[in-house]
Amino acid sequence: MTYLLRASPLHAARASVAAAYCASLVTAAFLSPHPLVLGVLALLILCAGLMCGVGSRVARSLWFSLPMGVAIVLVNALVAREGLTVLVRLGDGGPLGQLDITLESLAFGAKEALVLIVIVAVAALASAVIDPDEVLRSLRRVSFRSALTATIATRMMPLLALDARRIGDAQRCRPRPAGRLAVMRAITANALDRSLDVAATLEVRGYGSARRPARAVRARSRHDLAFAVSAVAIVVLAAAWPAPFAYYPTIAGSFDASAFAHAGALGLAALAPFAQRRGISR
Amino acid sequence: MNALELDSVTYSYPAAREPALSDLTLEIAEGEFVVLAGGSAAGKSTLLGVASGLVPHFHGGRFDGSAEVCGMDLRSHGPAALASDVGTLFQDPETQVVMGTVRAELAFPLENRGHAAVAVARGVEEVALALGIESLLERTTVDLSGGELQRVALGAALAGRPRLLVLDEPTSQLDPVAGDELLALLRRLNEEWGTTILLAEHRLERCLAAADRVIALDRGAVACDAGPSGFLEWAHRHEPGLETPGAALIAGLGLRPAPAGVKQARATLRAAGLLPDAEAPHERPGADRPARRSWRSRRAQGSAAAEPTLQVRRVWHELAGGRSILAGVSIAVAAGERVVLLGRNGAGKSTLLRHIGGLMEPTRGRVECSGRVALLLQNPGDYFVHDRVGDELDAAALRDAGLEAIAERHPRDCSGGERQRLALAIVTAGDPPAAVLCLDEPTRGMDRLAKKALADQLVERSELGAAVVVATHDPEFAAAFATRAVLLADGRIVADASPSELLSGGWYFATETARILGGHDGILTAAEALESLAAGADVLESRT
Repeated sequence: MTYLLRASPLHAARASVAAAYCASLVTAAFLSPHPLVLGVLALLILCAGLMCGVGSRVARSLWFSLPMGVAIVLVNALVAREGLTVLVRLGDGGPLGQLDITLESLAFGAKEALVLIVIVAVAALASAVIDPDEVLRSLRRVSFRSALTATIATRMMPLLALDARRIGDAQRCRPRPAGRLAVMRAITANALDRSLDVAATLEVRGYGSARRPARAVRARSRHDLAFAVSAVAIVVLAAAWPAPFAYYPTIAGSFDASAFAHAGALGLAALAPFAQRRGISR
Repeated sequence: MNALELDSVTYSYPAAREPALSDLTLEIAEGEFVVLAGGSAAGKSTLLGVASGLVPHFHGGRFDGSAEVCGMDLRSHGPAALASDVGTLFQDPETQVVMGTVRAELAFPLENRGHAAVAVARGVEEVALALGIESLLERTTVDLSGGELQRVALGAALAGRPRLLVLDEPTSQLDPVAGDELLALLRRLNEEWGTTILLAEHRLERCLAAADRVIALDRGAVACDAGPSGFLEWAHRHEPGLETPGAALIAGLGLRPAPAGVKQARATLRAAGLLPDAEAPHERPGADRPARRSWRSRRAQGSAAAEPTLQVRRVWHELAGGRSILAGVSIAVAAGERVVLLGRNGAGKSTLLRHIGGLMEPTRGRVECSGRVALLLQNPGDYFVHDRVGDELDAAALRDAGLEAIAERHPRDCSGGERQRLALAIVTAGDPPAAVLCLDEPTRGMDRLAKKALADQLVERSELGAAVVVATHDPEFAAAFATRAVLLADGRIVADASPSELLSGGWYFATETARILGGHDGILTAAEALESLAAGADVLESRT
């Protein structure tokens, strides 16, 4: 989950705007109960990822979140009591009481799963398009040490992953492979060594006497403006023009023209900024 | 004002029985280019730690005596305070880069000092232009190669134009081209910016020509403090392990002064009438002719005629959506052959070894081996999983590797040479013995004696029937053990010849002796040159 620098409109926007855009997509997922809208949001995030050149990262996150989604559907079906349309009666479930699988609990579980999928996909998109250095530079003006700790954690993650892979490779070269516990200990010891090395680097770069950094002045680009407008539009659409959908006690909602129009408007608001391709390379 | 001033400094790391620095007194004036020499554990890195303030403020331990760095008392100024005047570059570039993009990395030290946004922006641009890394500014640091990372780390050390630049084996992970570029850059910084350079390096033949002064340390004390020629004459008498090949050649011929570089060695030879004229040997007509004589090439041809132990057949390694790391590489290695793989960083050497070792699957082609492959990757520490050397191997293997004496030691406390020997013993332990032995950059951080011991060990294993394949950037080490040399570029084998053909006559992939002698007769080492002279042939004049 590292930043991937690409030539795309969203990468060209400043980090705070890109973060706001991603946050607006999550907000829309929380505000919209309609499964059509949630499905469209997941699709929009995938499209945004593709247009940012990080489509495979987003697609992979969608794929990995599917099992979690299925688990949510199953658990909700087993524990929810509100639905009236019983599909299967499983009888007495001991401490869980009477286990009835209802259509409503399955549908609500699917909706919750969709929200989760959207959140995971947005996280994947955000990690790939938001420049962490820029975010942390902004945060350092507020809390320097916390921001720097976050910076180091960001840097250490890929480094330690690389080290773990390297140590794993070395262990595969041993004629008699060492036990898992011993390898884990070696990886942990290596992580501590790495941390010391990075800490030493921080010291010699003057971190110990660091002062609050100066505010960086940067002109607003067309992409800053476009994605800021898009983020506001997404939140307003989701909050002010919700597509109604109720799950309990019985499902009440429809896939009518209004729901499609709402989903379409969201799609337009979310993808329109990508049409502007000028000045996207850094 | 002196850049560094130590007065009777004695320093011990926490829990160490012996001091790392012992009653050390020295002064380094501003604008000097000083090379620190010495074997493993001589105290070079500790002295650099003092110069950067990490010793004792970061490492702890006991510090006696007084030290001033750029006029600041070390007792009251830690590394952060010194950072405004001292830039530091360590060996491993991966741990020296802490930010996500190159621009942020270069800006980081300037921001820490509270510079205004304009000064930060200007400083970043200037240092990027000075180091020629302006094209990298918007790149993410995780995407950079080792050489690029090292340049960026140097940029971060130089941002704000420090008065003293402290470098701990900065070229150990670089190919000869990138290493020479880095040293040329240091010389330029020293000459044009007046930056004081304090550089610890094992491959002295690379950097002595640029140095004003060499300080040799031994067990934490100054053993020699002289100009490059004076140091080399001292090394010839007292510490042959520190003598450069060029100096060994000149001293072996009974000539003086000891040469700090190729140019001076040639001048000395010419003055003695051993080089025919002022023309550089490689510029003379016929200098490109293949070597006429080489014991190495004869041995290589003899071995190659045997049934190959290792067959790499048209192996490709193509990244999904990316470039080909290996592009149809074919190579056969016979039992007893010792092959060195040379090439720039990213040429495909490590990937080829990983394919041979079975850590990677070719996307096309195949690797065939008539026995077990033992692969020693770049970092020997990755093989150690126990707290005692004795637990890493059984008693017999430990005895065979000559490591019984350090059986109780923690592997991390061993010297570079001992760690390499232990890791090699781990991968080669067990039955049946490895038919193919592959080593990836085994000499990083090793002093000359440890390299010689490793070369001897490889020769011994090949004589027992193993096919040996080693990837290295160190031409001197290659010359010491190889019977065959393979040059890779962009995933392809571009040359496959005897070491005397490949390692002589070039600029980068050549030993110092070969560069001095212009590559004639395929002579690679001082010992070979002297042996040839002793055999009655006038080595130098016979080439005209």
